[in-house]
Amino acid sequence: MVHFTAEEKAAVVSLWAKVNVELVGGEVLGRLLVVYPWTQRFFDNFGNLSSESAIMGNPKVKAHGKKVLTSFGNAVKHMDDLKDTFAELSELHCDKMHVDPENFKLLGNMILIVLATHFSKEFTPQVQAAWQKLTTAVANALAHRYH
Amino acid sequence: MSLTKAEKTIILSMWGKISTQADAVGTQALERLFASYPQTKTYFPHFDLRPGSAHLRTHGAKVAAALGDAVKSIDNIAGALSKLSEMHAYVLRVDPVNFKLLSHCLLVTVASHFPADFTADAHTAWDKFLSIVSCVLTEKYR
Repeated sequence: MVHFTAEEKAAVVSLWAKVNVELVGGEVLGRLLVVYPWTQRFFDNFGNLSSESAIMGNPKVKAHGKKVLTSFGNAVKHMDDLKDTFAELSELHCDKMHVDPENFKLLGNMILIVLATHFSKEFTPQVQAAWQKLTTAVANALAHRYH
Repeated sequence: MSLTKAEKTIILSMWGKISTQADAVGTQALERLFASYPQTKTYFPHFDLRPGSAHLRTHGAKVAAALGDAVKSIDNIAGALSKLSEMHAYVLRVDPVNFKLLSHCLLVTVASHFPADFTADAHTAWDKFLSIVSCVLTEKYR
């Protein structure tokens, strides 16, 4: 089980409070689909993904990005209990969505980078390290029930 | 994987801005690397790795200079980094996985310093560029 220090929890929680989940969620998923276009394989029914502007403006991308990041918000609330928190989602991603867990790492790093663009100097190396730990732990939790 | 004309243009123009703070960007990327991925410190037992240390600033400047060389010879990165590639293969022997970690930290640093310029397309270009640099630096490993 991952152990987060009090400082790491504080760094995560205080930044999260300032995150516009709808906006950032859309950007995170959009960037994933732009920077790693092979991830588009999971979103055949999303319509126009033919260019950066098409992807970043795509309403289905924004909506799904919001959904994903809202779920991530759950992780922030349960940092001591991630495996149980994401057990069901883990089974879903394996059995129904057939997502290679490598993609959880890619998405996690996207979250980091978008937070960096939004929070700039505030996103110090220490804050990044706490968030890096969280996204890694969430990726592991989501992969935990794979079989 | 190779860079398109558009991607090269993005990198060249962004490097114009980045190069004015190149040393700071290199240094901060290393700070982020050691903070997020403490296992990477094992390659620097001989350094003082505390934030702000002279070792970190000197090494950060070296990393930035190498990236600058790659940008200046963007059509022949392998040629520009040939000596560095040999050094990593025969002397330093840094495990290849670590190039991804440093690349990620470089992206985070550039994103936090130049948020307006770091669009999704720019992000793609830099991610590809750093992948190519990483490939060049590990291509003589075996």
